[in-house]
Amino acid sequence: MRKTVPLWLATVALTAIVSVAASTYYFSVASKGRRTLVVSTTTSLYDTGLLDPLEERFESEHPVDLYFISVGTGLAMQHAQRGDADVILVHAPSSEEAFLTGGYGVCRKIIAYNFFVIIGPTTDPAAIRDLAVSEALRRIVNAGRSGNAIWVSRGDESGTHIKEKQLWASAGFNWTLLGQEPWLLESGAGMGRTLLIANERNAYILADIGTYLKYFGGGLISLEVLVSEDKELLNVYSAIAVNPDRVSGVNFEDAITFIRFLISDEAQKSIEHYQKDVYGRSLFHPAVNLLKEDTEPILTQWIREFAFFNGTECPTEYRRGHPELYE
Amino acid sequence: MASEILEGFIHALELIVSGDRAVLEITLRSLYISGTATLLAIIWSLPLGILIGSRELHGKRFIKSFFNAMLGIPTVGLGLILYLLLSKSGPLGVLHLLYEPSAIIIGQAILVTPIVVSLAANAVEDVEPEIKDLARTLGATEAQASLALFQEALPSVMLAVVASFNRAIAELGIALMLGGNISGLTMVLTTATTLATNRGEFALAIALTIILLFIVFGLSIATNMLKRE
Repeated sequence: MRKTVPLWLATVALTAIVSVAASTYYFSVASKGRRTLVVSTTTSLYDTGLLDPLEERFESEHPVDLYFISVGTGLAMQHAQRGDADVILVHAPSSEEAFLTGGYGVCRKIIAYNFFVIIGPTTDPAAIRDLAVSEALRRIVNAGRSGNAIWVSRGDESGTHIKEKQLWASAGFNWTLLGQEPWLLESGAGMGRTLLIANERNAYILADIGTYLKYFGGGLISLEVLVSEDKELLNVYSAIAVNPDRVSGVNFEDAITFIRFLISDEAQKSIEHYQKDVYGRSLFHPAVNLLKEDTEPILTQWIREFAFFNGTECPTEYRRGHPELYE
Repeated sequence: MASEILEGFIHALELIVSGDRAVLEITLRSLYISGTATLLAIIWSLPLGILIGSRELHGKRFIKSFFNAMLGIPTVGLGLILYLLLSKSGPLGVLHLLYEPSAIIIGQAILVTPIVVSLAANAVEDVEPEIKDLARTLGATEAQASLALFQEALPSVMLAVVASFNRAIAELGIALMLGGNISGLTMVLTTATTLATNRGEFALAIALTIILLFIVFGLSIATNMLKRE
């Protein structure tokens, strides 16, 4: 019987730890009785922290808890199609159009925009600084093939990766063939980790400005912005509700409430000012008033060309009876 | 970069000493989820392991090889399989378990099952020949002999349980795929570490890792001390 004592002691200890932890945990979440809304969001919105203040505000105004699942745009759409998300926040207009026409998404609203940036080592071995995107990419390919430059790609079907493939295509390259060349590395990881890899390798990379500023400002990477604010680098974020007629069991009513909140003046201001004092510039720009009032015609035109379908952010057949979102 | 590890260590101590609410909640949730997963796994794995270890079963070698192989299953792979099962459009979607702590508990319990089974079976096998025979020579019934055998194997079984808990609390793939890392609901130490890393908040990420190490290390030391008594 000598050895049973420790076992019982250990079992009691383990059970005690578990039950204390469990009861404390349940105590802390017991006061609920609130509805839930699952939001599958692109990493650049969540991992920059932009959604934190919005979540706080929304949850204090509505009896709804927001569950953010931070994934790439591709996976966010997968979640939605399988019924595991009620709303998606994404940034790949071409895939979004397919998502709408496939019947999975309704009530799309463009909520924000910013610009992707092409960044690289300060020494800029391919000499791309301030060039147009296509020319810059051509030079990177030349430098890469002669062993003087490396490009790191996300390679994960995220919105950023989809954008990157479009940029290569419009510069006259075939992504599938390029991917086999030794100077082009695919990280298969999120934006942050891919930035770290590019930094270690002194490589060129396409990044969203929000994540880049966070990493650069925090002293984690030393790569510099070499090409930015080009029409081709426009990055547009939309919210899309999952269609309850197509995907059963989704929380459509609260999805609409959340989208209405995102396009409210309050939320749009929060987006504009998020961490502006830290970085001296906005990480994301609100898009709703810009599109409504046409304050900057050139920019509006760019967004229309890039992220509108048939001249609108959401064709009427995909609005599912919520005209107020488009007034 | 080394300064960040030091910063992280200091940050960890600050968070622990100040009893930071968010970190405390995440730590308790990790203990709750992985502790429950381990206890759950024991319910079916321990009898199975003892059975495999103590009986001459048909195809025993195959069964043992199977569980040994399953020891190395990648957590993200298991997480994906379980996600497809628990997803609303999957076969078990009606249970509404996805993105709930219980989904992670089930996933981690399945993850650690081979650990308990394999280690328990080995532990029982290792002591069997001498003890069971000895007990029988001393006039014990079959049941008493089995009990003696189990008692002799206990320290190793305890080790299996601790190893299982450590594997569960330190895994990432299942917690991320099935829990979704939802703040205030399914965020555990490993997924919070990943988020902090993605956000470039390295000091917080290191601090969370150090808290995790404290738990794992503390538990191992406690078991060793108990075993020695």
